[in-house]
Amino acid sequence: MVGPEIERLIQILARLPGLGPRSARRAVLHLLKRRETVLVPLMAALEGVANAVRVCSTCGNLDTTDPCAVCNDLRRDPNVICVVEDVADLWALERAGVFRGRFHVLGGTLSALEGVGPDDLRIATLVARVKSGGVKEVILAMNATVDGQTTAHYVTDRLVEFGVTVSRLAHGVPVGGELDYLDEGTLSAAMKARRPV
Amino acid sequence: MDWTDHAIILAARKHGENNAIVHLLTRTRGRHAGLVRGGSGRRLRGVLQPGNEVAATWRARLEEHLGHLTVELEHARAAPLLEDPLRLAALTSACALCEVALPEREPHLAAYDGFDALLVALDDDQPDWPQHYVHWELTLLADLGFGLDFSACAATGSTTDLVYVSPKSGRAVSASAGAPYRDRLLPLPAFLLRQPAGVPFDRLEIRRGLQLTGFFLAEHVLRPQNIAVPAARYRLVDRFGAETH
Repeated sequence: MVGPEIERLIQILARLPGLGPRSARRAVLHLLKRRETVLVPLMAALEGVANAVRVCSTCGNLDTTDPCAVCNDLRRDPNVICVVEDVADLWALERAGVFRGRFHVLGGTLSALEGVGPDDLRIATLVARVKSGGVKEVILAMNATVDGQTTAHYVTDRLVEFGVTVSRLAHGVPVGGELDYLDEGTLSAAMKARRPV
Repeated sequence: MDWTDHAIILAARKHGENNAIVHLLTRTRGRHAGLVRGGSGRRLRGVLQPGNEVAATWRARLEEHLGHLTVELEHARAAPLLEDPLRLAALTSACALCEVALPEREPHLAAYDGFDALLVALDDDQPDWPQHYVHWELTLLADLGFGLDFSACAATGSTTDLVYVSPKSGRAVSASAGAPYRDRLLPLPAFLLRQPAGVPFDRLEIRRGLQLTGFFLAEHVLRPQNIAVPAARYRLVDRFGAETH
């Protein structure tokens, strides 16, 4: 029905998150109909990103410069490092605008099933950053999962000798959450982490 | 075909965008996997944490198919342990051991019931939960056909002063009979000669217990299948060596 080039583009787009074969086909049709206004700029943007993006050697973020824009930002507090599992978590915290320190992306979590060990994560570079001095607090912003918290405890153990404050994000009732709909694990964590008002 | 059973989540691996392949330890059907639709989504991610107890229903057209699982949370065992590194390490170690040691789709009722009791001990933060853990590993070994025998000395038949275990036979050895060979025997911690009784644990004794069960798990269960001891179990042993409780 369509040429091999178009079919290939559909297949590639169908592999993207949120897209399946049907939606990829619709996206390709949209690109072809708006060749000058969408397809060509998209090509240029993709080429630019493919050529320029690199992993920040300091924090593991993805950016077009190394060190990345976050690490280069002199207004940020270099004494506080927020450790996250993935670049997506870094971007989520940046979107929220709640943290003005530096980041460190581990690149995953320890996982017995997946065979991910400490050497597969960027834990050694985090330890080196803390060891080099100037860091007063490390915030562990791992997911509230068994693997995430196992990793957090491991990182805490690795940092204990440097005398930095290690904190972690609170677990509990989300904003807009109704107690009736929360699972008992979240309720238990929220009850444990209650504080005086 | 389909079945419904009580189960403990061992692991969940993301499959596609929203689904997950979940590994369970079921009460009457042993270790079993299945696809959970929406298992990677917001609603089910918390339920599919290792250690959580669920009511699981499995459906497939043929017995040998992977099949679809639906799960309903019965007890959220993982959440209370997230903040305690030692208990969390015990949970992940137990789940990882089940994953590598138990054959799929073969009932292991004693291992399940022992794991269930261990989860209760961990959840309640019972003072003797590490003893429960080591006893559960002994149960796992026995359930897999490699039970250790601490009832009497393998050499003299004596039932007192049992302080060693023979690495060959897995039987207890008394202090006097084992003295000439003590370099080659494994130490037998005293708490393994009785059931946990709520007594706070001794760190060195637990470490010795873990070394004992670890030796037999590695030599008899895992190595013949060319499987390595899970890293999670090494981390648990390390924690008993490093921390004070």
